[in-house]
Amino acid sequence: MTTESKKKEPLFSAKNKKLFSLPLFGNNPITVQVLGICSALAITVKLENAVVMAISVTAVIAVGNLIISLLRNTIPSRIRIIVQLVVIAALVIMVDQVLKAFVYDVSKQLSVFVGLIITNCIIMGRFEAFAMANKPWPSLLDGIGNGLGYGIILVIIAFFRELLGFGTIWGYKIIPESFYDFGYKDNGFMILPPMALITVGVIIWIQRSKNKDLIEKN
Amino acid sequence: MENFFNIFIKSIFIDNMVFAYFLGMCSYLAVSKTVKTSAGLGIAVVFVMIITVPVDYLINEYLLSPGALSWINPEWAGIDLSFLSFIMFIAVIASMVQLVEMIVEKFSPALYSSLGIFLPLIAVNCAILGGSLFMQEREYQNIGEATAFGLGSGIGWLIAIVAIAAIREKITYSNIPAPLRGLGITFIITGLMGIAFMSFLGITL
Repeated sequence: MTTESKKKEPLFSAKNKKLFSLPLFGNNPITVQVLGICSALAITVKLENAVVMAISVTAVIAVGNLIISLLRNTIPSRIRIIVQLVVIAALVIMVDQVLKAFVYDVSKQLSVFVGLIITNCIIMGRFEAFAMANKPWPSLLDGIGNGLGYGIILVIIAFFRELLGFGTIWGYKIIPESFYDFGYKDNGFMILPPMALITVGVIIWIQRSKNKDLIEKN
Repeated sequence: MENFFNIFIKSIFIDNMVFAYFLGMCSYLAVSKTVKTSAGLGIAVVFVMIITVPVDYLINEYLLSPGALSWINPEWAGIDLSFLSFIMFIAVIASMVQLVEMIVEKFSPALYSSLGIFLPLIAVNCAILGGSLFMQEREYQNIGEATAFGLGSGIGWLIAIVAIAAIREKITYSNIPAPLRGLGITFIITGLMGIAFMSFLGITL
């Protein structure tokens, strides 16, 4: 398949590069397309969990996009949602087994949210919007790009929540002991669910004040 | 009976799908522009959940969990199919959603056209799969408890989406900083509502 697209255009043509880079900031799946919020908020208490989740989602979306794109001409459109769900579910089961085997602690903390990758709207959204209508190679790039765009937001949220909530990054103490002697306290509020929503709200605020095109009329 | 009621209340207020676990956020944010549509979607979610959670409970109990197959043949007690639970649960949900879609299309075409693309997307509403997965993880004792949990979670989601829709209808009249309009302010309001819902923590009946 890649050789076929190679003849028509180079493997990393400007168009393909754009497919990859656009979701990172310009058309970010979380802050612009508003997809895949659920897991983004629930597992961002610690940076480690967020990174594991980002890698899992990127793997599922990239491979899934590739598979759906290869099958796109054979899937009857009436039952496409079920076909897509089966592909995603099979990939997620594999990811779940791999996580259980290699990073058991993180897998325990993520609990049901690994299974909920199946219903992560980013994946279905990309299948519907992109993979069903495009060649495998662009689909793969699009999948990786969207997965990373999702991952970046996850890592940003987790960074602030872990830093302010526990005073640690990746489990290592960052805030020096002397701060605590002066009366600095970890903000336990950051660990609670509502602060995740407010953090995302603030990220969207910052992104939109930099990029005026995204402002909604309302 | 008291136990069922306890699970029911707990899943509405304390373990609220939206405010405590962020499940079903996509449709929660996208369809909450008017109260009418959001109530329609909320009721559809309640309806799907009250069926899928007990069905998934039976599937989990009699087919998937370790040793569950022993009712067919005692020699199969060692079989553990729990890795298949994701795919089984999502299949049940997807077929249920198809059914709800047909019913709504038949009896309420107006609601059908206003829900638009979001009706098939109930299939990927995390609240519904999340309900089944939490049911599996928390190991409810019998099908009654699972049903109470499914109903309660669905109603909790319905309350959340109707509440945010009512607030968003009013907020269009407010002067919000331009970059925060729409999505941004909705996130922050949801966070504040989550803080309010935390006041229910620790309630037992």
